[in-house]
Amino acid sequence: MNVEVTINGERNSHDVEPRLLLVHYLRDVVGLTGTHVGCETSLCGACTVMLDGQAVKSCTLLAVQAHGAEITTIEGLAENGELHPVQEGFWECHGLQCGFCTPGMIIAAHQLLQRNSRPTEAQIRRGIEGNLCRCTGYQHIVDAVQYAARKMRS
Amino acid sequence: MPVSKSVGARIKRREDPRLIQGLAQYVDDIQLPGTLHVAVLRSPYGHAHVRGIDTSAASEHPGVVAVVTGDDLKDNIGAIPCATTDPEGFPGIQVPDHPVLAHGKVRFVGEPVAAVVADSSYAARDAAELIEVDYDPLDAVNSSEAALADGAPLLHEQFGSNQAFTWAIAGGDIDDAFAQADRVVKQRFNHQRLVPNPLETRGVVAQFQPGDGKLTVWSSTQIPHLLRTQLSVILNRPEQLVQVIAPEVGGGFGCKLNVYAEEALVGYLAIQLKRPVKWIESRRENFLHTIHGRDQVGDVEIPVKNDGTILGLKYTVEADVGAYYQLLTPAIPTLTGLMLCGCYRFQNVSMELTAAFTNKMATDAYRGAGRPEATYLIERMLDCVAHDLDMDPLEVRRRNFIGKDEFPFETGTAVAYDSGDYEIALNKALRKIDYEGFRKEQADAREQGRYLGIGFSTYVEICGMGPSAAMPAGGWESGTVRVDPTGKVTVLTGVSPHGQGQETTFAQLIADGLGVDIDDVRIIHGDTEAVQYGIGTFGSRATAVGGTAMVMAMEKIKEKAVNIAAHLLESNPQDIVVDDGKYGVKGSPDQGVTLAEISMAAHGGVNLPPDTEPGMAATHFFEPSNFTYPFGTHIAIVEVDADTGEVDVLRYIAVDDCGQIINPLIVEGQIHGGIAQGLGQALYEEAIYDESGQMLTGTFMDYALPKAHNFPRFELDNTVTPSPVNPMGVKGVGEAGTIGSTPSIVNAVVDALKPFGVRHIDMPLRPEKLWKLMQG
Repeated sequence: MNVEVTINGERNSHDVEPRLLLVHYLRDVVGLTGTHVGCETSLCGACTVMLDGQAVKSCTLLAVQAHGAEITTIEGLAENGELHPVQEGFWECHGLQCGFCTPGMIIAAHQLLQRNSRPTEAQIRRGIEGNLCRCTGYQHIVDAVQYAARKMRS
Repeated sequence: MPVSKSVGARIKRREDPRLIQGLAQYVDDIQLPGTLHVAVLRSPYGHAHVRGIDTSAASEHPGVVAVVTGDDLKDNIGAIPCATTDPEGFPGIQVPDHPVLAHGKVRFVGEPVAAVVADSSYAARDAAELIEVDYDPLDAVNSSEAALADGAPLLHEQFGSNQAFTWAIAGGDIDDAFAQADRVVKQRFNHQRLVPNPLETRGVVAQFQPGDGKLTVWSSTQIPHLLRTQLSVILNRPEQLVQVIAPEVGGGFGCKLNVYAEEALVGYLAIQLKRPVKWIESRRENFLHTIHGRDQVGDVEIPVKNDGTILGLKYTVEADVGAYYQLLTPAIPTLTGLMLCGCYRFQNVSMELTAAFTNKMATDAYRGAGRPEATYLIERMLDCVAHDLDMDPLEVRRRNFIGKDEFPFETGTAVAYDSGDYEIALNKALRKIDYEGFRKEQADAREQGRYLGIGFSTYVEICGMGPSAAMPAGGWESGTVRVDPTGKVTVLTGVSPHGQGQETTFAQLIADGLGVDIDDVRIIHGDTEAVQYGIGTFGSRATAVGGTAMVMAMEKIKEKAVNIAAHLLESNPQDIVVDDGKYGVKGSPDQGVTLAEISMAAHGGVNLPPDTEPGMAATHFFEPSNFTYPFGTHIAIVEVDADTGEVDVLRYIAVDDCGQIINPLIVEGQIHGGIAQGLGQALYEEAIYDESGQMLTGTFMDYALPKAHNFPRFELDNTVTPSPVNPMGVKGVGEAGTIGSTPSIVNAVVDALKPFGVRHIDMPLRPEKLWKLMQG
């Protein structure tokens, strides 16, 4: 089947198997390997991308379900060589260690801040509960999201 | 080492730009042209004879290039290695053959049975489902108790029993300690089986170059050099023609400190098919066939005096090690034995271990690797002593602490603690709470039917692994420091970081040591063709051992730089001082030369002092004289919900001492993550197999990895007691949080439930278990 999607501002058109998962399309067909596969069951959130403005887990969506959509992956978050404030926050606050959950975590945090520009710590912790991190104990991730919130408000 | 501008600072990590932009390259991101994909068919039975395998339909499936079974491999490929099977160390040890693909029999769910190679991962998985295996199921055993019972089904019939090995350690005179005791405090403990679960599963890519016979293997591993050596043996390839690369590795926690069937299998297939071959582990496979941690159950007896003085400790324990040995399986419970005394003075100690084969995945090193078990049981026992003697748990601890003037301190288990001050860490942690005030609040809350508890853990652990004499495959580490002609510095280290941040901390050490900008330093690791040899990253050793090797190589470079600078400046080496990046003569700093000018001279090879080799590179192999022993105090304050049994961690305080700190930001991150994993064991995580050997907790739906909202903000502080084992005085911090934290939570929950007559609860402290206890 043909799938046409705009990814990070660039139009893509490919013939794919109907069963191809969106995350495999992004990684293996388009070549954007920043989106990771952590569990294949939408439980860990490593594969989170923005699809028409919503953070979604791309391991349990078919590529053809994204037909006509606009997708932003971790590779498309920085603009004109400037890191997105959430990316900057993760760097400044040591919000990552092995980095594997990080792309999905950053996208989830980005969505969280779009919906609530002044989240409390409890709201941040609840807001990222769909994303697992095994390295950080989450505290520096919370700090990173708070950093980004401050930066985006100013 | 003098702390200057970079060491000790909260410098943000140099590895992060690639990681936060999705530009890092993990194994699955390696996409070589013409790559074939492997799907592994695994046993659905815990225990079964394999009567036959029909691969014909799979072979005919579109896109399939090859299908292999155990029979195809058994004469062409070696077995999965275990490095710790010496019968002198492990009396009566039975060492089963551990094939890459099973033949004749399967012994746990997830054991590899066959492999399909196809032109896409989807085709490979489709075809694997077409393989018909004729299984004849057998009864299984899912615990050491079941495995060691009379008449138990045997995993390895040739041994005549499921007993894998025994191990014992003794110091002092435990019988005399019991004779001297006013009473004996007893408790049985279960250290449940855990699944390490790095967010990146395992994965392997292999490429064979027929022209020169070279095999390159990219693997998500913590030990690229040890893996290379082992693969050369398993695959019968000359070691110099095997290259192993650990690319970006998405977490390990010990489970990638190993040599796995798939690493050998993918290497073998790449050689046979002369095409790049890739296998990426699914999460389901990771639960089933990546090593597990812990799984000990045993009885502790502590002879005490009525004043709380502990006279000794006796631990009689069974370890459930699974169906086969992985690389270090038998060694892990021995680390429990070494640390049984905790930070207490008693010298009479005995541990007798019996290990059993069961129809489960092998256990091996998971963050802490045997030490969390020791800390858990000694710190829980201290609270049981306090309970039975009606004493305060802190009073019992203080009465038995090793004093700060007693170091180095040799324990009853014959390890020598390098340095410590346990009382000061405890006091610092206590200053963050109002202990008496809490006890009053706790009493008031109980009146209202609310159950608050406080728990302490005053831990010590063993890391910085370690002297080679105490290690199965070398405990040293290598470091090479190279100054390029333009003055930039390239470091080659034998450790293999995968999240710990040594690209930053090592660069800090070099920047300060050589007087260069941190941006002019690059740290290379994880490629056996770049780094001469190394042991790897595990056992909280990377900085204490690998960092020291690098610093010692750097000192050689510095000495050479000073000599060349003196020559260029027509001065004496002893008059050269390094200041603000310049090597100058004492008293006339503006005339100095930069490292770049020195290195250019060294590479020019002409204007050098007599008898000076050209070039600017040095290597050091560092052999540590001892392990290091970080310590600290953790305090948990919890509330147990009377209606649901749910544990709410209200406060968590951790005062850790990991020796000198190179980057506080990174140290905090290591402790946070360590605590999270320790709390995960205490509260949520448990790998459960049923009686037939089925794993009931094989997804993130059933195995509860902690989430962000499970924790409060951890309140951290530290003391600094330098280690005398290395010139930097560092100890290591990768595992301390996990080792120290688990008992503090359990102690706090037991304290909360004291009104219900609770003295001990086995982990994990899940709500239904606590709710039932609260119902009486």
